[in-house]
Amino acid sequence: MASQEILREEPSRGSFINDPRIRGLFFQTLVVILLFSSIWWIVHNVIENLQRLHIASGFQFLNSRAGFDISDTPIAYTSDATYGRALVVGLLNTIIVAVVGIVLATIIGFTVGIGRLSHNWLIRKICTVYVEIFRNIPPLLVIFFWYSGVLAVLPPPRESYHLPFGSFLNQRGFYFPRAVWGDGSWLIGAAFVLALAMAWFVARRARQRQMSTGQQFPVFWTSFGLIIGLPLLAFLLAGMPLTLDFPKQSTFNLTGGFWVKPEFLSLLLALSFYTAAFIAEIVRAGIRGVSKGQTEAAAALGLRSGPVLRLVVVPQAMRIVIPPLTSQYLNLTKNSSLAIAIGYPDLTATAGTVLNQTGQAVEGVFIMMIAYLVLSLVTSAVMNVVNARMALVER
Amino acid sequence: MSWVRTEMALAEPAPAGERGAYAWVRKNLVGSAGDVILTILGIAIVAWILPQVINWAFINAQWTGPDRTVCTTAAQGGIQPEGWTGACWAFVNAKFGQFMFGTYPVEERWRPILVAILFVALLVPMLIPRVPRKGLNAILLFVALPIVAFFLLLGGVFGLPVVETSRWGGLLVTLSLSFVGIAVSLPLGIMLALGRRSKMPIIKWLCIVFIETVRGIPLITVLFFASVMLPLFLPAGVTFDKYLRALIGVSLFAAAYMAEVVRGGLQAIPKGQYEGADSLGLGYWQKMSLIVLPQALKLVIPGIVNTFIGMFKDTSLVLIISMFDLLGVVKQNFADANWATPQTAKSGLIFAAFVFWLFCFGMSRYSMYTERRLDTGYKR
Repeated sequence: MASQEILREEPSRGSFINDPRIRGLFFQTLVVILLFSSIWWIVHNVIENLQRLHIASGFQFLNSRAGFDISDTPIAYTSDATYGRALVVGLLNTIIVAVVGIVLATIIGFTVGIGRLSHNWLIRKICTVYVEIFRNIPPLLVIFFWYSGVLAVLPPPRESYHLPFGSFLNQRGFYFPRAVWGDGSWLIGAAFVLALAMAWFVARRARQRQMSTGQQFPVFWTSFGLIIGLPLLAFLLAGMPLTLDFPKQSTFNLTGGFWVKPEFLSLLLALSFYTAAFIAEIVRAGIRGVSKGQTEAAAALGLRSGPVLRLVVVPQAMRIVIPPLTSQYLNLTKNSSLAIAIGYPDLTATAGTVLNQTGQAVEGVFIMMIAYLVLSLVTSAVMNVVNARMALVER
Repeated sequence: MSWVRTEMALAEPAPAGERGAYAWVRKNLVGSAGDVILTILGIAIVAWILPQVINWAFINAQWTGPDRTVCTTAAQGGIQPEGWTGACWAFVNAKFGQFMFGTYPVEERWRPILVAILFVALLVPMLIPRVPRKGLNAILLFVALPIVAFFLLLGGVFGLPVVETSRWGGLLVTLSLSFVGIAVSLPLGIMLALGRRSKMPIIKWLCIVFIETVRGIPLITVLFFASVMLPLFLPAGVTFDKYLRALIGVSLFAAAYMAEVVRGGLQAIPKGQYEGADSLGLGYWQKMSLIVLPQALKLVIPGIVNTFIGMFKDTSLVLIISMFDLLGVVKQNFADANWATPQTAKSGLIFAAFVFWLFCFGMSRYSMYTERRLDTGYKR
């Protein structure tokens, strides 16, 4: 009894200065006071500076006429459109280059990463050299290299390089045939969607059957056949409504076809080559992170090397790979802002122009920050869903 | 009846088929049909790229020359035969001073050179583990050197003429920006990481908001922020040097990334270490600086160096806010009509790439070496 009472007694703390709770309160109050006074000071200065420069704050400027041209416009845009629309064009350009870049970087990165683990000495060394070169130079330099070092010194349109499938490469960019869809091509799209749905259904049924009876069904080849075959059938039934618009050489330029400008091309190549070097390292670490016992156990169960990779190694490696892969995708999206250096009109470049023309620095930087934050959050959210599907399911 | 061997049998050499060049080639290049195809593919890639690179960079290259004529073909107004392509190292040679120092006055260039010598003299003993007096060395390198370098580079004291930061350029800007950035971002990052793990909610949330915001936006936006917004934040009449603004932007950006790296290390330290420090009666700062941080930082050396490398590469972005680091100066010189040739851009950029590569590769190799050296406890 007596000992318990002693324990319950408030221990003597000496002075209240040594009480961690009171200290915490004190420091936090101090921080809040400092923070609010500096914010007040900054806001005060900003308002004063803006009044001195005669700049009206607020977002009304988004509705006024932009008056500048944008070279790549995924949606209709003229210099008579509003600043708001110019910013949307920039955002779309950022998204386009980020998405295409992510796909390309993933393909190159996985190839090189697997190459670095190859049994073949030569392939291993080539991949190592690639990774060590591109990891250690700034992405901006890679962009300039493609832009002023490679693409700018290509021959003029008259002496364009002829590439296979009727495509051309010259200093004005890359031209390739454009598909022109005629009447009835909606049938092909519908067939494609139908094929996707059927493939999903087949995969589900096959899984259920394997779970209950143990019999397997060639899901991959069936889905492959469906996804290629059905649209092809629809294509033939609709009377082949596809014509190709080939780029043609005229005296000074190429006409027709699909034109990829050198700015976009060099940004895309640079971002994907640069990011691919990092993705390769992530993939290599992921595959090496799967212990050798797993491969050996799978071999002992009688699986061949293909199924060992597909069913045992890759699912486990993906768990290690996906979180750092997500941050590389985010890096690529953020690095796409380097477009401003070569004049590809992405979000940063258009927002920079808007900011210079209107002087609305606070609002411009705010819009940029919010847009990139949202893009980052969306990418992370998508990758988190993928990660949750891949994660270890524990009982 | 049994016979037991008393001495160990000597190891037999490996079978002939497992030794020598032949076995190596069989194992590493032509192990299977797929391997043969890969090897042929690899040889094709090497045979396609390597001769072109060697021809361009060495055999056909022009090393010295007064102007563009040495790097252009006759049709372009030069002395080279038709169809010639090669590196124009003469351009790099002629502009070398600018690439290193920007427009720093030629007669004052001994000052950055002196700073560079001091830097190397302090850095090399810092990097060699056996050299004693690391504490003094670190104080000299991270405290005394920046102060000396500041006065020496900027001038204005001891009769040295003032050289404004707008005249700095080239490798000088790249190195000084990244060195100061490194020296500022590491302590700042540690403070942010500690703040993020703090038990005080307001401090914790402030750190989280700062770190996540900065990590979510590109460096260019941060630089825009630093170059466009900072002047608005200050009272009228107070101006900020552009160099200083870039420095603040780069340091804040790197600090946020550093904070996440350090946080990883802090999380990896077992709870017992914190509790052990508490039970010894250590205060918060004693606990952190004597027990937790030394272990945590050691764990995350690769991450820290990766952040340094990232920052070193990122300093090239200051050219967007029209400052001229190494890449900026190289790019600026493409516009020189005296050297306008088809090869100029490629040669200049490859030279800049080589310089960047040398520093980054050196840093990553040194971090691997340190990692192995400090790898005392955790791996078996």
